[in-house]
Amino acid sequence: MRGAALLLLLIVATPAVANTPLPSQRLANTELPDPAQEARARGLMETLRCLVCQGQSIADSDAAMAGDMRALVRQRVAAGEESGAIRSWLVSRYGDYVSYDPPLSRATWPLYLAPIALLLIGVALARVSFRRRR
Amino acid sequence: MIAEAGLVALWLAAALALLQFALGALALRTGREEAMLGIRRVAVAQGLLASVAMACLIAVFAASDMSVKLVVENSHSAKPMLYKIAGAWGNHEGSMLLWVTILGLAGGAVAMLEHRLEERTLAATLGAQALIAAGFYAFLLIASNPFARLWPAPADGLGLNPLLQDPGLAFHPPTLYIGYVGLSVAFSFAVGALVTRDVGAVFAKAMRPWVLGAWIFLTLGITAGSYWAYYELGWGGWWFWDPVENASLMPWLAATALLHSVTVLATRDGLRAWTVMLAVVAFSMSMIGTFLVRSGILTSVHAFAVDPTRGAFILALLLIYIGGALALFALRVGTVRQGTTFELLSREGGLVLNNLLLTVILGIVLIGTLYPLVAAGFGVQLSIGAPFFNKAAGPIALALVIAMAAGPLIRWRRDDGQAVLAQLTYPTAAACFSGAGLVVLAGWIGLLPLLGLALSAGLAVASVLPLVGRNLRRTPMFTWGMVVAHLGIAVSLAGMACDAAFTTERLVAVRPGEPVRVGPFSVTLVGIAPVLGENWSGLEGRLIATRDDDTMVLRPQQRFFANPPTTTSETAIRTMLDGQLYTVLGAADGQGRWQLRLWWKPWVTLIWLGGALIALGGALSLIGRVARDRRAALREIWA
Amino acid sequence: MSNNRLLWLPLAGFLVLVVIVAVAMWRPADRTVRSALVGHPMPAVALQPIVPGKPGIEPGRFARGRPRLVNIFASWCIPCAAEAPQLLRLKAMGVPIDAIAVKDTTGAVQDFLARYGDPYDAIGSDPASAVQFALGSSGVPETFIVDGEGKIIDQHVGDIRADEVDALAARVKALP
Repeated sequence: MRGAALLLLLIVATPAVANTPLPSQRLANTELPDPAQEARARGLMETLRCLVCQGQSIADSDAAMAGDMRALVRQRVAAGEESGAIRSWLVSRYGDYVSYDPPLSRATWPLYLAPIALLLIGVALARVSFRRRR
Repeated sequence: MIAEAGLVALWLAAALALLQFALGALALRTGREEAMLGIRRVAVAQGLLASVAMACLIAVFAASDMSVKLVVENSHSAKPMLYKIAGAWGNHEGSMLLWVTILGLAGGAVAMLEHRLEERTLAATLGAQALIAAGFYAFLLIASNPFARLWPAPADGLGLNPLLQDPGLAFHPPTLYIGYVGLSVAFSFAVGALVTRDVGAVFAKAMRPWVLGAWIFLTLGITAGSYWAYYELGWGGWWFWDPVENASLMPWLAATALLHSVTVLATRDGLRAWTVMLAVVAFSMSMIGTFLVRSGILTSVHAFAVDPTRGAFILALLLIYIGGALALFALRVGTVRQGTTFELLSREGGLVLNNLLLTVILGIVLIGTLYPLVAAGFGVQLSIGAPFFNKAAGPIALALVIAMAAGPLIRWRRDDGQAVLAQLTYPTAAACFSGAGLVVLAGWIGLLPLLGLALSAGLAVASVLPLVGRNLRRTPMFTWGMVVAHLGIAVSLAGMACDAAFTTERLVAVRPGEPVRVGPFSVTLVGIAPVLGENWSGLEGRLIATRDDDTMVLRPQQRFFANPPTTTSETAIRTMLDGQLYTVLGAADGQGRWQLRLWWKPWVTLIWLGGALIALGGALSLIGRVARDRRAALREIWA
Repeated sequence: MSNNRLLWLPLAGFLVLVVIVAVAMWRPADRTVRSALVGHPMPAVALQPIVPGKPGIEPGRFARGRPRLVNIFASWCIPCAAEAPQLLRLKAMGVPIDAIAVKDTTGAVQDFLARYGDPYDAIGSDPASAVQFALGSSGVPETFIVDGEGKIIDQHVGDIRADEVDALAARVKALP
């Protein structure tokens, strides 16, 4: 499954890009002292896309940039910023691409309509199988 | 030499596939018995030759024959033998060969084992199977020869990605492939039945064991893949709604729906067109999923070069097979007499509801997976992931659980609403009590986890009710199968809900000797020591975890591989009766502290235990069905 | 009944899917993640200097009437070294270039400038990628074109190639 993806990815990806000599930031990989804030940060991180891995949220990526973004989210949560505000700040920088939870918009309404439409089509199809009641 | 032998076997198998198709056409046209006999033998021989080719590929990988290009690109002589062998299918060409080998073997097995289906339908089925195989043989021979040589041969290979050097993963792709390709049999049966307009109970009974078999492997493959991602990726997640996972989930959803509709067709001769459609869709999803993953158009930014020739080739094959089958469906299914219709409140009605909900989930997953692609076509970049899938598919899945609890308690043909409600008393009570109990004991744990746990309790009770009041020794094996599989869903759902509700996470940087509290455990990093593996070196943390009087040692590692140069984190997981302690060693912070990621995940193992139960239920059903068929066949002979 | 025509719907649906996939395969969508700030004012950022004798980046620096390039780079990034000659040529052509050094150290940047040349008027240090995020940048190297009023005109993702230098210089010079 995911293995196959990684396989594809890593067969071709030779590590040509070096990495920073600086150690990763403290908040990239360690939690906030306040459990409630950490839970809020975690919830937000799970819905933000890692920009350099693209198939993962920043909550479960080992990429350095994902770590930096986790640190950013934790700092802002610790500073008392609302999750929605942090998300919109990132969206205003990177577009909807950075959020795994796209807002209802002109580009996404067919997506959000699809489940309901499918359900209605399904019910219409299934009716054929049932005996008519008089 | 071995490589050339493999190539010859592949060419011969391709030729036999064409012959098999021609014989199928001849048998259909003329009804000659020689053609029928011939087609069975050719089908078996084709499967064997494909296996020979696969065996040759495994042999060159095992011998690290560095004159074969594929070995150079995907293997290394210093790799453990298990991963050398697994390397044979851990790449594009090898996995396509494995795919077509299973396809050939499945066709051969149908030819040998199937005695119930009308001969003309069987001929059409084997002809369709041969046509599919021929296309993939052509793809291998023209665009993806796995046996191509490299001259001059390099001294050593490039290696296999260390993440994939894991026993679980070595066998994960073959398991999933058996499931995917096993569905090809259902597809060919459907095409065969459409050609001869022979859709009915006999067709359903003939198809059912194959669907069951493929479904068991798919279930195992998905379960194992989920567990692999869980312990290998090191962030505690077990399902990511990643396109590659979705590609394996879609055929499973279709096959699950098919499994239930085929029962309606076999028992009540209803849902004819729908069952044929699902049989086509299930294998189509396998092919589309594999194509999407293999072509790399969905997966990643890391420029997996989409070779346009290969992509176009496979897309053309998909167009011919799936398009052809759907066109045949449109042309023919109108002439297939409509099956029986049902009362709304009946077992059949329940199964229709099951099919409806499963298909809607399938549609949601498909649309959600492809939507970013469509949006990109219009110049919009967006991401669709867990939040969308959970919101859209979650409620429907919970409705499905309710349907699943009630369905087996409803009689075939017609039932009385009062009676069904009476049957549902205990399950409803179980759901309400467990839900209320949870709120009292654990507080508010969130709507979805609460519903998940309550419904899983209800489903668990409901799924064993069909056994109540029966003589258990005389209960048919396939009833046991259904009970166990439904129970498996309840168990798995409980695991998912527990993971969502009760997991505790600690991400900390500690000096050796500082205890960290995670859930009921106190975890202390005692020391860090270097370790050496067969083809890696690494650092191993020694963690001591204590809960009450219970003390245990965990050893998570950081591994450094040389070929290709990569660092991986090896999680250390301790499984206990009531959950798992999951630990990962991170980097040092340069001031004497080490990063640790610790999770206490109560009851999380139920997720995969449930998956295993589901597969076990499938296996019991399969055994039960096959045994009953055997007895029926024997009775016929005696009569 | 129009039931027979409905039977062609699955095929139609499948063909739509094939078209989607075929288009995606032959015209792979641009997967570069671009900054959504293009067309908007440069955020007011303040960055400490990273090498002695060269200013960092103070807020308001970009709204002083001179269009310029802002190059996001790092000494540990290989394409950044490959890009250096192009930046030197731009500098020689009179294009002012400021830089943001991502997650870097003074010593490493000094070595980098000594080895590959120094086209920069100012270098600000971004030790935690914070400014990178503020600009909507997703990697190194990237170059933002900023006009004299401090508005981001465009973003160049990846290293600037030799054949892009002239056009880029002309573009910056044409800006108000």
